[in-house]
Amino acid sequence: MHIPDGFLNAGVSVATGAAAAGVVGYGLYRAREELDEKSVPLLALGAAFIFAAQMLNFPVAGGTSGHFLGGMLAAVLLGPWLGGLVLTLVLLVQCLGFADGGLTALGANVFNMAVIGTVATYFLFRGLKAVLPRRRPYFLAAAGLGAWLSVVLASGACAVELALSGTSPLSVALPAMLGIHAVIGVGEAVITALVLSVVLAVRPDLVRTYDLPGPSAVPVDSEVSR
Amino acid sequence: MEARKKGIYLFILAGFLVSAALALLVSPWASSAPDGLEKVAEEKGFIEKAEETEPAWDSAPIPDYAVPGLTEKAVDEESGEVVEEPTKLATALAGLVGTAAVFLIAWGLALVLKKRDRKGAVGVS
Repeated sequence: MHIPDGFLNAGVSVATGAAAAGVVGYGLYRAREELDEKSVPLLALGAAFIFAAQMLNFPVAGGTSGHFLGGMLAAVLLGPWLGGLVLTLVLLVQCLGFADGGLTALGANVFNMAVIGTVATYFLFRGLKAVLPRRRPYFLAAAGLGAWLSVVLASGACAVELALSGTSPLSVALPAMLGIHAVIGVGEAVITALVLSVVLAVRPDLVRTYDLPGPSAVPVDSEVSR
Repeated sequence: MEARKKGIYLFILAGFLVSAALALLVSPWASSAPDGLEKVAEEKGFIEKAEETEPAWDSAPIPDYAVPGLTEKAVDEESGEVVEEPTKLATALAGLVGTAAVFLIAWGLALVLKKRDRKGAVGVS
């Protein structure tokens, strides 16, 4: 849902750009404290994986395609602030390097996908995680549901911006955008849960927001034999 | 603990290879159908607003995820005319270059942002 040049008016571009800059600026400030030896390479890997995965459009209903967004995945792996920075960097490279998403819409795209689809949705994920039983399948379910929400809410924000810009009335753009992205979001949920379950199986210590007891990184047997 | 620390680079390398392989080998076969927003713009009749607008940034080195210069002749499905289209190789290379570039830029940015270790802490851990 990368918005091209021409869809948004100046007011919406500036307002979303300012909001995005504020959140990204706070993220840069938080990054200083949060980045450590483990999260530096993990941030690089997260950004590279999300860039690659965003190229893989999969067909959905009616001659439409969707692709992975990765906001929830980045936030679960790295926390909301580093996750938001990852999405922002990917969007910046896509805009300047690959002409994907307009430069005048970059602020809105960062707002939709990094602020709404990553930072804001992270806090919904945290709420879900808090009310669900503290076990790995529920953690993955919360992440999957969060991933679906991230795509749907980002598409809703996009529709509101189109309406405020006078490009398409909200009564037209909102149901159309929410409808198609409710389907695309299922792909997002499946990919997010799948990737997280692989990382949790191999290196659970790399999932920053995973704080559950249960099967830990060090098997009980090896503790005893030491 | 030291082994876990070293192990992370193995994980990062494996993860990068998976990402690069997805970009290089799978992206040429990704769906070229319009995405959610494009489709809505077509159906609701505002796609022209983008098509009629000059891009604000026209210096992208790899526009539309295809390395320039690698094209082949193909028949356009709608108009029936013969057009130059990017080859699968152009897309694959764009994916590989982009994935590697994002990886390096992100790593560099993270190092710059990371709080410098205090001098007194050197050699402790």
